[in-house]
Amino acid sequence: MSGVRVLVGTRKGAFIMESDGTRKSWKIGGPYFAGWEIYHVKGSPVDPNRIYVSQTSGWFGQQIQRSDDGGKTFEPVGNQFVYDGVPGTHQWYDGTPHPWEFARVWHLEPSLTEIDTVYAGVEDAALFKSTDGGGSWSEVSGLRKHGSGPHWQPGAGGMCLHTIVQDSANPQRIFVAISAAGAFRTDDGGTSWQPINRGLKSAQIPEEEAEVGHCVHRIAQHPSRPQTLFMQKHWDVMRTDDGGDNWREISGNLPTDFGFPIDIHAHEPNTIYVVPIKSDSEHFPIDGKLQVWRSRTGGDEWEALTNGLPQENCYVNVLRDAMAVDNLDSCGIYFGTTGGQVYASSDAGDSWTAIAEHLPAVLSVEVQTLP
Amino acid sequence: MIRVVLPAHLKTLAKVDGEVRVNVDGSVTQSAVLDALEAQFPQLRGTMRDAITKKRRAFIRFFACGRDLSHEAIDAPLPQAVTDGSEPYLVVGAMAGG
Repeated sequence: MSGVRVLVGTRKGAFIMESDGTRKSWKIGGPYFAGWEIYHVKGSPVDPNRIYVSQTSGWFGQQIQRSDDGGKTFEPVGNQFVYDGVPGTHQWYDGTPHPWEFARVWHLEPSLTEIDTVYAGVEDAALFKSTDGGGSWSEVSGLRKHGSGPHWQPGAGGMCLHTIVQDSANPQRIFVAISAAGAFRTDDGGTSWQPINRGLKSAQIPEEEAEVGHCVHRIAQHPSRPQTLFMQKHWDVMRTDDGGDNWREISGNLPTDFGFPIDIHAHEPNTIYVVPIKSDSEHFPIDGKLQVWRSRTGGDEWEALTNGLPQENCYVNVLRDAMAVDNLDSCGIYFGTTGGQVYASSDAGDSWTAIAEHLPAVLSVEVQTLP
Repeated sequence: MIRVVLPAHLKTLAKVDGEVRVNVDGSVTQSAVLDALEAQFPQLRGTMRDAITKKRRAFIRFFACGRDLSHEAIDAPLPQAVTDGSEPYLVVGAMAGG
């Protein structure tokens, strides 16, 4: 029988949860790298035994750990992230120029096809690539140098490149998202980049429809429909059907269109999930009711999913990298909270169960569907 | 041999228990000790000081013989007691952040 492995990054270590395909009983392993902030743990689509971990600390800096045996053991690999050339400056919070400084790796995205190739999204925002399994890293500097970089500004969480989407149909096309700069796309494997923010409107910036400056929280693409992407922006849930050239709002009847993660059903490219959060200062669910909202129509029309989720006195957040889906026939949806719960649904969101309840604040959740 | 005491997280990263002992050729300075430490345990590169600039990380301190050496010249000789191994060189994670 197939199985599922859930990779959880938290403020104080990583956890690995495993179940068989029924997803009824879970074994929790960890904490791994106890005491360190684990921004992201992600497995390779080429070989599920290859897992990368971003391990970071305000005291000791950045480490990248790699497992080649499905998380049984890890070894530190390369941790030098050096910007290409003279890094220059971006905008600081007060609008003054600020030197580019590496802080941490937010997101690791292993290649869809090459076992030893992996991308890293970092703060201050840049994209790095390794072709030797994380041993050494080179900046994909065409992104930072394409022209708008000096105008990028940090969001409240720092100026981070947090989302990397490799196009399922075109290996030369990659999408990234940066807070608070926006979404960007390359069509030549990373040499040249362009902002793809047309249609985004952000009242928090002087020019609402500026080319860059938007606080994009997450974008997601279904492999069967690569021209369509969904976006959870700071405010607004958005959709593009032309690879990011134009976006339109699909927030519809959501109770609030603020949130962080967005993800797509493994087998239904028009079924999407968000977690509405009250506002950009009150980072918790409305009225203390934790709800995932699902649209089966690719947006605009949404329904609340509440069965098994706390519907009173719940004031947690769900961060941008903390939702994922499995590929089993009945699609599983998973998300983690800043209160340390990891919730799972084995029926596409109709019902939920807490598979962990008392972890440190969850930063990221990824899922591997095992053969 | 120079005795070095690492903070718990760096011991875990280096996969060692207790003190670490490193060989330093030539003058025993903070820079030479850290170079030797990083050569013996490459996974510690970047954890105590920037891997490129060699600047001490903000929340790392270096102590020896009851003194805070964090702001001493990195190429100044360490106390004789560290050089002869009677006292350890301490790498300390600052108490910060609760």
